[in-house]
Amino acid sequence: MKALDIASRVGAAVVGGYALATAAALGATALPGTRAEAVQIGIMLGFLAYAAAMIWAFAARSAIRAWAGLIGPAAVLALIGWIGAS
Amino acid sequence: MKYGFRRTMAWAHGWAGLVVGWLLFAVFLTGTLSFYRQEITAWMRPEWRPGPAIERSLAADRAEARLKTIGRQANRWLIDLPDGRDRAAHLAVWRDPGQAPRFQREEFDPAADRPVDARRTYGGDFLYYFHFDLQMPSIWGRLLVGLAAVIMLALIVSGIVVHVRIFKDFFTFRPQKGGQRAWLDAHNAVGVMALPFHLMITYTGLVTLMFLYLPWGIDLAYRGDRAAFYAEAALAQSPPAPTGKAVPLVPLGPLVATAEAHWGLPAGRIDVYRPGDAAAVVRIHAADSSGLAHRRHQIAFDGTTGAILAVEDGRPAGIVRAVMYGLHLGRFAGPTLRLLYVVAGLAGTAMIATGLVLWLVKRRPRRQRLIEGLNVGAMAGLVIAIAAFFWANRLIPAERAGRDDLEAVVFFATWAVAAVHGACRPHLRAWTEQLGFAALLYGGLPVLNAATSGRHLGHSVAQGDWMLAGFDLAGLAIGLFLGWLSLRVARCSR
Repeated sequence: MKALDIASRVGAAVVGGYALATAAALGATALPGTRAEAVQIGIMLGFLAYAAAMIWAFAARSAIRAWAGLIGPAAVLALIGWIGAS
Repeated sequence: MKYGFRRTMAWAHGWAGLVVGWLLFAVFLTGTLSFYRQEITAWMRPEWRPGPAIERSLAADRAEARLKTIGRQANRWLIDLPDGRDRAAHLAVWRDPGQAPRFQREEFDPAADRPVDARRTYGGDFLYYFHFDLQMPSIWGRLLVGLAAVIMLALIVSGIVVHVRIFKDFFTFRPQKGGQRAWLDAHNAVGVMALPFHLMITYTGLVTLMFLYLPWGIDLAYRGDRAAFYAEAALAQSPPAPTGKAVPLVPLGPLVATAEAHWGLPAGRIDVYRPGDAAAVVRIHAADSSGLAHRRHQIAFDGTTGAILAVEDGRPAGIVRAVMYGLHLGRFAGPTLRLLYVVAGLAGTAMIATGLVLWLVKRRPRRQRLIEGLNVGAMAGLVIAIAAFFWANRLIPAERAGRDDLEAVVFFATWAVAAVHGACRPHLRAWTEQLGFAALLYGGLPVLNAATSGRHLGHSVAQGDWMLAGFDLAGLAIGLFLGWLSLRVARCSR
């Protein structure tokens, strides 16, 4: 693997993964039930999303796909959370 | 990336493991020792012999009387009641801005009705806090450990992917084959043996600090008002505004009795908000040792009348979080299960250690001087530093001012010296020497205890004082193991 490719994947794993985890936590706030419950579910799922994102970042066929595969779902989840909150 | 999924995972597993391995080794080792936090503290304060266990409601009354002396003008008192493993009550006091000191704490002996009279030491708390904040300023250590934990989760998953014949290989250990094959077998064996534990302890570790790591959902749902979330989830309360009207605090002992009768469980923690004010509120939590879920049950009382304000037993997601938290701390565990926790934790530590060694062995005969040095310094060096911490505890005079911080300085200074030694000496020599030195330090702990406390092994065994005897015996066992390891490495290097 080329250095740039590796650096990009590491960035996707650490930064992109955290973005996905954050988005999962935001999206979960739209869940039914009390908001205190929804918030806690979101964070607990967020860690799993983070770990999965790290695997994905290196499993994806290219660095571009690695990023796209994280940012896409993250945008959708964040949007769900934002709509739920407004 | 052209070799397929498993090859990619193997590559990433190796490099990611190398980058966070040293940190994870330290977190796993000090975290595992933290399951014996109270026992370690007891050994590090040999002059304090706790009195007999007393009723928790009586302990609460005595703690309340003590806090009325040392905790004036407080907005919050906290009392952690004694339990079977820790006979001290832990008192803490907070005050509003403008009042000094803002925070103070004291260890209190409820049986003797006076503060714990012993040398100042961080005891087992030092290792406990180190395992998640690394003694770094602010939250940097916690963030670093959190990131390492997420990587650990990914490492465990990728490790399973890489490890093709997970069941069959579990029964495979070929030390006679030597080299890479033997190290890989060892890495797999300790990894798979306690695999559910490794997953559990890593994930639940993240859960303990989850509101620090991912607070953004709170900010969205509560429009930035985090205090409102903590109050609504019954996690933490802000002290109510003072009325300025002085009303004596209700006696705490009867409240403890009421709460315990309500749950059928022992009480563990008492929170008093605005003591002595008309706005006072008392919150009592069930003991950590009383169940899997950490601080699930709590009852709020009016602090002036003792009337029950609220009974909180948690809601589903909050209970899941509390159970995760409780699983990580393991405070519900009795002696046998606690030992199992420690064995599994040591297996995790060994998994990380063998992984780090395997990284080097795989690349033979090419030498990696930097990695070799870091391996010795980060692993053997830490093992030595922990022992040096125990030795410092007994060799620094008990009356010396600032001795608790000095113990911590000895820990880090010893670690630094070991790291330099590990980088300068030939690799296998460095391992032999450091493991041998560590063996002497641990094996010598019972001797050190006998020489500096008078509560030697023969005495503590005869008295049935297994908390103290257990520490000495563990020191001996660890010393023997490290000595054997040192001899094994010495034989390899010849």
